[in-house]
Amino acid sequence: MNGDPVVRVRGLRTQFGDHVVHEELDLDLRRGEILGVVGGSGTGKSVLLRAIVGLEACQGGTIEVLGKQIGTLSNPDRRALEQRWGVMFQDGALFSSLTVRENVEVPLRAVAGLSDTQRQGLAELKVSMAGLPWKANGNYPSDLSGGMRKRAGLARALALDPEIVFLDEPTAGLDPIGASAFDRLIVTLRDALNLSVFLVTHDLDTLHACCDRVAVLAERKVLTTGTMAEMLQVDHPWVHEYFHGPRARAATEGIPDKD
Amino acid sequence: MKVADTTLSDLSIDVFDKRVILSGHLVVWTLSKLSDTPDAAKIDLAAVTRMDTAGAWELTRRRAAGGTLTGLSHHHASLLATVTGALPVPDLAVEVPAWWRRTLEGTGRRVAGVLVYLSELAEYLGRTLAALWRGLCHPSRFPATSLIHHCQETGLRAVPIVAVMSFLIGVVLAFQGSDQLRQFGAEVFVVDLIAISILRELGILLTAIIVAGRTASALTASIGSMKMRQEIDAMRTLGLDPDLVLVLPRILALVLMLPILGLVSALTGLLGGAVMSWIELGISPAVFVARLADVSVSHAVVGLTKAPVFALIIGVIGCHAGMRVGKDAESLGRMTSSAVVSAVFAVIIADAAFSIFFAQVGL
Repeated sequence: MNGDPVVRVRGLRTQFGDHVVHEELDLDLRRGEILGVVGGSGTGKSVLLRAIVGLEACQGGTIEVLGKQIGTLSNPDRRALEQRWGVMFQDGALFSSLTVRENVEVPLRAVAGLSDTQRQGLAELKVSMAGLPWKANGNYPSDLSGGMRKRAGLARALALDPEIVFLDEPTAGLDPIGASAFDRLIVTLRDALNLSVFLVTHDLDTLHACCDRVAVLAERKVLTTGTMAEMLQVDHPWVHEYFHGPRARAATEGIPDKD
Repeated sequence: MKVADTTLSDLSIDVFDKRVILSGHLVVWTLSKLSDTPDAAKIDLAAVTRMDTAGAWELTRRRAAGGTLTGLSHHHASLLATVTGALPVPDLAVEVPAWWRRTLEGTGRRVAGVLVYLSELAEYLGRTLAALWRGLCHPSRFPATSLIHHCQETGLRAVPIVAVMSFLIGVVLAFQGSDQLRQFGAEVFVVDLIAISILRELGILLTAIIVAGRTASALTASIGSMKMRQEIDAMRTLGLDPDLVLVLPRILALVLMLPILGLVSALTGLLGGAVMSWIELGISPAVFVARLADVSVSHAVVGLTKAPVFALIIGVIGCHAGMRVGKDAESLGRMTSSAVVSAVFAVIIADAAFSIFFAQVGL
């Protein structure tokens, strides 16, 4: 872990109409770390992710990704930057008219000089690395289960070996076995590819299993960041409730929840 | 041989005899440069500063093809091991049959698909009738409120568009017919032309086509979205009968309303024809009505007889398509448009069949 920030958010302000989502929000994602972003419903976790990748306009502050300031880039520069990150949306957001392999091939088509067989081979490798069986290559997204769609979305996000991966609720809606397999997959891929991972989640088990640091979003800003152990010491009522609730205790102690 | 790149990444390749020395970035962007080098070469990677999975994948391929790798750094070796471990294992390839077999098979499947579709439509018709029977046996369970709601939706709400369309068709017929009949000095027969074509064919056919477009799509969309959100499954578990609660009132409303719409269409069509005859040919409304009285009433009977049959066709096709919607929104859209196309097509086929039938029985 080098520790230099690949994503630097300073003084971010986003709002929809009168509704202010973020105000004076500061956040760093360091190279090689998995950062878990948590917060109650409606605290703007997904909005933050969308603002960082430039899908949502912000009303103030600066967002730097890999040293480039989002929002001021020329089109070619933005293209180049987009090829250095991958985004996995909540339900995979696969193109429904393409098979899984063709979906993963889409970003690879930007690479000049890659032959068809190389592109297919690389796509199949990514599909396999995301933990999908061979026969999923030819399936359409509608044929896949929710967990498989998420994996296929991850395969597409990883197609160009990005430096940063943004994951939006990667384990939501998965069964516990599928969710913990996905947690392990994220850690494995981080170690193998030296990824920096920005992970928006609700899942306490995921936080325990893979996150190096946790950032808590509340009151329109990042309330606190730190390791899981540090989170347990925070006094703020919401943070305390979140990390000391019955579900949190079950996740910490690794025992099944009684109810 | 030295290749240089000015884009994102640089890879230099030096080839000496059977030895390839790589330096710089061995990543997906530089992969194509390797294509000129021999597969089974000895590859020196000591000067490679960056490698990604694409590079590692190419190296595993070359190693499998008989190449040897030297000078791997510890980090790159572990990446290579990860990629090697994750290499996809292809399933056994399925033998692809010859083109003529595939064509034959495809044709057979489509023909069988049409037969299955027709039998499913027959099944839906049967289920609707059975639901109607159950509803009549247990009047308390009969969905009367729903029936009246759908009568309003498919009947009353369609009156303006049907009336305007028929009025204009009457105008067009009078205008075109008078132009032709004037050449023979038989202008007054334009009344017969309008009356017979509107009462017998155009009024009800065009009404059915409009209703097919309006209501078949609405049926598929409403039932399909319930199917998509598992509302229909929920009904079954709660002991509600979807055929009785959803399908019956919709189809029954159509069967009740389409003859009325046909009548509206016939009347406004005649009105349009009369107005245009008056303006264009000077046939006064009194003369128009007098000539109209000479037209056999059987034309109107033939026209209105078809209405309930068209209604059944539209309703059954719409509800069947709705029930076939899967879990995704895409199938909802696909089934909606296919329901409209099938309903319009089926109405026209049925109209042709009626023409032959009535010609044979001499009506």
